[in-house]
Amino acid sequence: MGRSVSSRLSRALVLPAFLAGALFLFFAFFYFFGGWSLSAPADLVLCNGDEPQSLDPAIVTGQLEGRICLALFEGLTTRNAKGDIIPGMAQSWTISPDGLTYTFTLRPGLRWSNGDPLTASDFLNSWERTLNPATGSEYSYQLYYLVNGEAYGTGKLKDFSQVGVKAPDDRTLVITLTHPTAYFLELTSFQTLCPVHLPTVKKYGKDWIKPGRMVSNGPYVLKEWRLNDYILVEANPYYWRPVPVHRIKVLPTNSPTACFNLFYSHKTDLILDTRSIPSTLVQDIRNEPYFHANPFGATSFVRFNVKRKPFDDVRVRKALALALDKEDIVTKITRAGEPVANTLVPPGNAGYTPPKGLIYNPDEARRLLAEAGYPNGHGFPDVNLLYAGRGVGPQVATEMQALWRRDLGITSIHLRAQEWKVYLNTQQLIDFDLCLSAWIGDYNDPQTFIDMFVTDGGNNDTGWGDPKYDQMLQTSENTADPARRMQILRDMEKILVEDEVPIVPVYFWVGMSLYYPGKVGGFEPNFVDDHRWGEFYIPGKKP
Amino acid sequence: MTALILRRLLQAIPVLFIVVTLTFLLVRSAPGNPFSTEKKIPAEIMEELEKQYDLHGTMGHQYLQYMTKVAHGNLGISTQYRNRTVNEIIAQTLPVSMTLGSLAYFLALLFGVTCGGWAAIRHNQAGDRFLMLIALLGISIPSFVLAPVMVMIFAIKLNVLPVAGWGSPDQIILPAICLSIPFAATIARLTRGSLLEVLKLDFVRTARAKGLSEDAVLFRHALKVAILPVIGYSGPAAAGILTGSIVIETLFGIPGIGPFFVNSALNFDPFMTSGVVLVYSSFLILFNLLADLLYFVVDRRVKLE
Repeated sequence: MGRSVSSRLSRALVLPAFLAGALFLFFAFFYFFGGWSLSAPADLVLCNGDEPQSLDPAIVTGQLEGRICLALFEGLTTRNAKGDIIPGMAQSWTISPDGLTYTFTLRPGLRWSNGDPLTASDFLNSWERTLNPATGSEYSYQLYYLVNGEAYGTGKLKDFSQVGVKAPDDRTLVITLTHPTAYFLELTSFQTLCPVHLPTVKKYGKDWIKPGRMVSNGPYVLKEWRLNDYILVEANPYYWRPVPVHRIKVLPTNSPTACFNLFYSHKTDLILDTRSIPSTLVQDIRNEPYFHANPFGATSFVRFNVKRKPFDDVRVRKALALALDKEDIVTKITRAGEPVANTLVPPGNAGYTPPKGLIYNPDEARRLLAEAGYPNGHGFPDVNLLYAGRGVGPQVATEMQALWRRDLGITSIHLRAQEWKVYLNTQQLIDFDLCLSAWIGDYNDPQTFIDMFVTDGGNNDTGWGDPKYDQMLQTSENTADPARRMQILRDMEKILVEDEVPIVPVYFWVGMSLYYPGKVGGFEPNFVDDHRWGEFYIPGKKP
Repeated sequence: MTALILRRLLQAIPVLFIVVTLTFLLVRSAPGNPFSTEKKIPAEIMEELEKQYDLHGTMGHQYLQYMTKVAHGNLGISTQYRNRTVNEIIAQTLPVSMTLGSLAYFLALLFGVTCGGWAAIRHNQAGDRFLMLIALLGISIPSFVLAPVMVMIFAIKLNVLPVAGWGSPDQIILPAICLSIPFAATIARLTRGSLLEVLKLDFVRTARAKGLSEDAVLFRHALKVAILPVIGYSGPAAAGILTGSIVIETLFGIPGIGPFFVNSALNFDPFMTSGVVLVYSSFLILFNLLADLLYFVVDRRVKLE
């Protein structure tokens, strides 16, 4: 190239050229791809936690995805603001006296958001899709309650007509269960059992959930969706009743600080997700008029590996359970008003009286520990306490380590933090001594907590098992009398938290949300922490 | 020069190949599964999921399938965002980061060079000391401290700028400033140091001796030479700044590519991780090449080999 001329020229211009280039790039991107939202203004803006992994009701498993799914789709039943089960797509149903056959009658004239009629066979075919192993639905086991559901779901049965769901006409759906399932009407309100518009799914494959393509049957339809930016939903004109709030914008802000700042500066009306509220701020804002907390069906607990020394000895397990000062953890660490847990099943299940559990008693704990051969913690082997390095996990684990040292003199409990997915793997392999865990109930019934600990159960993860316990679960499942069933579940929980102690319950979760009651209506604290968006309204503003 | 560019681009292929290979194998060999959740997934479903995502079979098999796809420009499907391809995610988020990044880059260069030059002429005076102290702070205060403080001051106390979000021009100001500060501070220190050296050189003395004004000496002669280390730095810096920042983008709720660098690895999302690593490496190679070419243009002593 003509170096003498051009390089002289360019040398003088290099810095301005650089600057101009950067500025040009900025405006070019700004203009073409900035993604400046041109969306119509929303009537309600809410923070929902992270970016949803998917919006396919058969695929999603998380609570934050579930919330959006349940705004877009609706099952046979749904919930009101209080969290009670009410009719959804079905206007009524009958249950056979043995509790095994449910006959649902759909509302007349139901339609999908594109105007297509919605019939009972839409439910039938959608459930086939959910159960079909080729779909890869992680929650398909919610349909294992159906006769032959499990066989079809695991690929052992190929003929779907043998599964316990039939659609004799357009408005009737008959479901046969393997055993009376007291909480079945809760399951039918859950996203996994919502119908999907199969022609759309077939046409677009994995892309069917994108705006402009998705056809849904719930109170809202998906209008716009920009990754990590926002999701806009709009009232579904074909939904069976009008909804009060026309347009809702969902922000998937995953930084709690940013969420709180948005709320604080009135850029968002509602923070729905407990994890979107900075835990360090809870103490300061819990008396503000916009702070709301409600009990929530989830429990934090510690798993023992009962196959390893010293936790193969029930006296050691009991000693650690008795010596854990849970009050200290909820007042110093979690600080959102979490109740101390001495049982696994959270309070709030009507008809269920939990056992007492092991209540904090350091003297008894020291006695048991000495009896097991470790007086004042002397000679206690090195053990590790596994936990996930996110949320309050690290602080809770550290505090527990200190508490066991304080009350039992054990100095050989070592902390072992792992990344979330690695932690899940280690927990499943039962490659720990102690493990800080949590469980969120799938439905509002003690069984979702208690059936976890059957021998070799998929989520047992303690190595513990008891044939008597397994037998009791089976008996309870075949008991149609609700009071008798609850009694059996109570006896089972007693084994779990008082006699055998493969786990130590620590605290029950609370669901937190931020909103000014004068600005958002139809949002009531409820035990399932399930708030259907179709129930929302804006006080003083009639639709 | 064309030959050089071609050669460098050809060299980039094996580099990118090795980078993607290492990333994919590392993510896949770490203990943990992209699909695991709190609740155990039935074995049949897990198998099906792994099949759907081409994550079944031996590591060699998975790797070959992935590399075949990459060779066709298909970076796979995210295991975290189930219905999105990696290409789609990058196409949606990278331009956002580049919008923010190019503005921050502009600010960093503008303020970095200006402040650095200004400090150099006032060598060891109060102004110089003050600016260099600010620059040192700019380099050493991490952005996860700087950003919330800036939000506190400008968005919450003064209420002049929005706290977070993306979608209107005022929302870009605070994050761009926060993103540019460490780069601006580095550039200022580089410019100052380099200009101080250059001002001592013979050709500057000659320029002064022949009676040129101080401005002419500075802008027409000294700065042109002193800018060289800045160019060397700005290549890799551009790659870093244009591909976003996890901290800034998370704290300001900006839908850019930055958070994917960390989150995709935490989620064990093998295709997404490899995808963003590929993007970053390509940027790094490209901007280093650009910086080298600029060297050639600016500095006559550099020969293109």
